[in-house]
Amino acid sequence: MSYKTDLGRVIGLGSAKTGAEEWFSNRVLSVALVPLTLLFLYLVAPLIGEDYETVLAGFANPFTAVVTILYILVTFKHLADGLHEVIIDYVHSKGMLTVLLVGTRLGCYFIGAIGAFSVAKIALIG
Amino acid sequence: MADVNRGSRPLSPHLSVYRMAITMLVSILNRITGVGLAVPAVMVVVWLTAAASGPDAFAVVNGMMTHWLAILIWIGSIWALWFHFLGGLRHIWMDFGHGYELKTVNATGWAVVIGSFVLAVLTVWLLLL
Repeated sequence: MSYKTDLGRVIGLGSAKTGAEEWFSNRVLSVALVPLTLLFLYLVAPLIGEDYETVLAGFANPFTAVVTILYILVTFKHLADGLHEVIIDYVHSKGMLTVLLVGTRLGCYFIGAIGAFSVAKIALIG
Repeated sequence: MADVNRGSRPLSPHLSVYRMAITMLVSILNRITGVGLAVPAVMVVVWLTAAASGPDAFAVVNGMMTHWLAILIWIGSIWALWFHFLGGLRHIWMDFGHGYELKTVNATGWAVVIGSFVLAVLTVWLLLL
């Protein structure tokens, strides 16, 4: 038995917080991925499976390096946001929800940072 | 003011009572391909990290990335990427309020499915050249 009123029970639980901002930011990043994906398929996909020297030479091109770094960062942010949507739809236990939301987001950002750093290292040092 | 009865209220019908429509298929596949694309995304990062680490690490990882099992994953990922790409464009277009007529929504749904296969075949073919 709870002595809370119906209003007290639901106040603060609605979507009227930063939903619109989050929604808009997700779409901006999605649109950014359109040209980035096409450039990645054109510039980087052909390098996968090539030998060491060819790959290093590919990323020595600053345009390829910058496009790849942007693609990795935006992709892993987009992945974190997408997993967030999926998790809040299917996971209902509060503890598990928190663990998964925090864990997947931190994991995505960590892997994205490793990828971006690797490209920078190849482009700058070899 | 009393506790709300959460136990015996009517539930909305479960998904399984509906005949599968193209719109349902495109919707759930967009989600599945999105989550699945995490696999090639991580593979690309592993490949880049190996290239940044030096020739020895690269040789090992390059061998893994060109294994026939990995090739299958790459090819599947190219299809998933095009599906998610086209499905995403359809979503953005619908976010602007377009294409909700029954005929249009079915047509764009099929366009995503067929387009994803056409573009995947084209991409794999171009990459193998």
